[in-house]
Amino acid sequence: MSSSTIKYLGKRILISAVTLLVIVAVLFLMLKLMPGTPFNDEKLTETQKIALYEKYGLDQPIIVQFVTYIKNMMVGDFGISFGISRNQPVANLILPRIPISFGIGIAAVILGTIIGVTLGIYAAKHKNTKADTIATLFSVLGVSVPSFVVALLLLLLFGVQIPIFPVLFDTDNLLMSSILPVIALSFGVIANVGRFTRSEMIAVLSSDYVALAEAKGLDNKKVIRRHAIRNTLISVITILGPILVNLMTGSMVLEQIFSIPGLGSLLVKGITVNDHNVVLAVSFLYSLLYVGLMLIIDILYGIIDPRIRLGKGE
Amino acid sequence: MKVLEIRDLHISFKTDSGKVKAIRGVNLDLNKGETIAIVGESGSGKSVTTKAIMGILAGNGEIEKGSINYTWEQHESSEHGIIEGGTADIVKLSKEELQKNIRGRKIAMVFQDPMTSLNPTMNIGQQVMEPMLYNYNMDKKSAYEKALELLNLVGITDAKKRMKSYPHQLSGGMRQRIVIAIALSCDPYILICDEPTTALDVTIQAKILELIKDIQKKKNLSVIYITHDLGVVAKVADYVNVMYAGKIVETGKIDEIFYNPRHPYTWGLLSAMPDLDTDDSILYTIPGNPPNLAQEVVGDAFAPRNKFALNIDYRLEPPMFDVEGSNTHKVASWLMHPNAPKVDMPQELRKKIDKMLKEVNL
Repeated sequence: MSSSTIKYLGKRILISAVTLLVIVAVLFLMLKLMPGTPFNDEKLTETQKIALYEKYGLDQPIIVQFVTYIKNMMVGDFGISFGISRNQPVANLILPRIPISFGIGIAAVILGTIIGVTLGIYAAKHKNTKADTIATLFSVLGVSVPSFVVALLLLLLFGVQIPIFPVLFDTDNLLMSSILPVIALSFGVIANVGRFTRSEMIAVLSSDYVALAEAKGLDNKKVIRRHAIRNTLISVITILGPILVNLMTGSMVLEQIFSIPGLGSLLVKGITVNDHNVVLAVSFLYSLLYVGLMLIIDILYGIIDPRIRLGKGE
Repeated sequence: MKVLEIRDLHISFKTDSGKVKAIRGVNLDLNKGETIAIVGESGSGKSVTTKAIMGILAGNGEIEKGSINYTWEQHESSEHGIIEGGTADIVKLSKEELQKNIRGRKIAMVFQDPMTSLNPTMNIGQQVMEPMLYNYNMDKKSAYEKALELLNLVGITDAKKRMKSYPHQLSGGMRQRIVIAIALSCDPYILICDEPTTALDVTIQAKILELIKDIQKKKNLSVIYITHDLGVVAKVADYVNVMYAGKIVETGKIDEIFYNPRHPYTWGLLSAMPDLDTDDSILYTIPGNPPNLAQEVVGDAFAPRNKFALNIDYRLEPPMFDVEGSNTHKVASWLMHPNAPKVDMPQELRKKIDKMLKEVNL
């Protein structure tokens, strides 16, 4: 790695860190401004409440609370849960849920991308034919039908009518219980990636360098494989990050439907019982995912696209 | 020896607004080692003709009739062994045969815009070596050697380093040199240059033209230039074909077209070519627009824009008339008919040509 690459990376990481800090600050402030308290129990007396506030440090000025929170966060302490399971460290609540949520999300993105890219390339190659129209129709459906509708349909079909898969998520049978949620989630990905791939591929196929590749006498397969697909994929990669994050944050409803013990359902529960630390930690995790993915995609982009490869300019 | 002979070529495109007859009976000859130019406005069909020769017509294009005969001699290439002589009508070949036997191997093409005609994600070396590796199954090492040789031939300094460069690291002129190197990589006989200098800086244009000329001599290539720039034509061509609305309206040796033009359209083109001491303060343009080829053309397609048009021009299409005293100069205009009224070229053009002739004779 050249020194300019390291400098660039350092800058990007610093910007990412500052972004995350700002996100946490805004989240923190907003949660404090929200009405209601974590101790919304009618059985609690005023003095008991004040005692609780004192115990958890909630009587301190917001700025002091914030600094304390950030300090603790730096060493991996996200505080304790006030409501969902009292006095449990938030980390204990979150950690077991991460692999489930991420596993399903990443599997859906991988599945959706593979199918989406394949469909998109096929549609572009057969532009304005029946196959293309069908693929486009499918994409429009996939984009406009919310994933929970697909999920319910899938459940009805393959959970109830033909009971192949369990209706409720079963942690003892991870593989079988994950299949339906992954398929339901991947629908939107297939549609988005497919549409995007198609339009990119059409642009690439009509480019001069593809014409030159043809004029060189390369066969059709090589023109597509060596010249068209790579240039198409470069653009597709840029949209994968946002798609994955949308998927993760959008999977809350799906986690409810399949009763998946994931991050989404935890976040929803945390919001309803004013469990600030849980909400903050899960939101932070999502932000971290987003910022981190953007960073990775930027780096990846530099690897596959020589035009923005760093430290090689002349 | 004739290497390319196009006879009565008709090409049409299916579009939403109907069938567009883009090429309406083109005849063209190309001899070994010669350079011909196809000149015409945008949409006159010059690019379509060359795309048909390359077999890379757009999907909605169709060759309705005619032939594109291509002849090649047996020759020995140091890298590719003995290549059998033969002849083929490109129109009759299947897409696969075209790709396997003709495209890239016998006819190569240099595109208009070097900024977009190289793959941005592949380095120069890979792009130059690609046709040798895949078309002739050359081994990597000899392909590399030949690529280096080609880069030197097209005047790229520091060729070894450039092999690893990516297109965006090179200037427009350098990229066009690379495109030329790619075209030469499979030892073609015919090089088609589709406006090879239009997208380039004026100072680079002359160098690229010189380079193509130079290579043509070294490799005994036949070259087809497509251009609307008569300045380029004057520098490079042996023969000129003036194209209008999908037909060749005047053809002849370069001197015949420049000093003794006969078709009113050629007059227009030459008049529209600016020079340093054009008397008129207004630049001459040919009035009107080319016809819409989605509609049937009756008579001479140029008639509505032609102030010398005769009545017959609106009814009957003119055949090719031989210009007397020449067996190369032919004109498709009723003005050439023995019974036609005598019409001279416009005064300004006459003066322009006389001046050019004087300069040449000095």
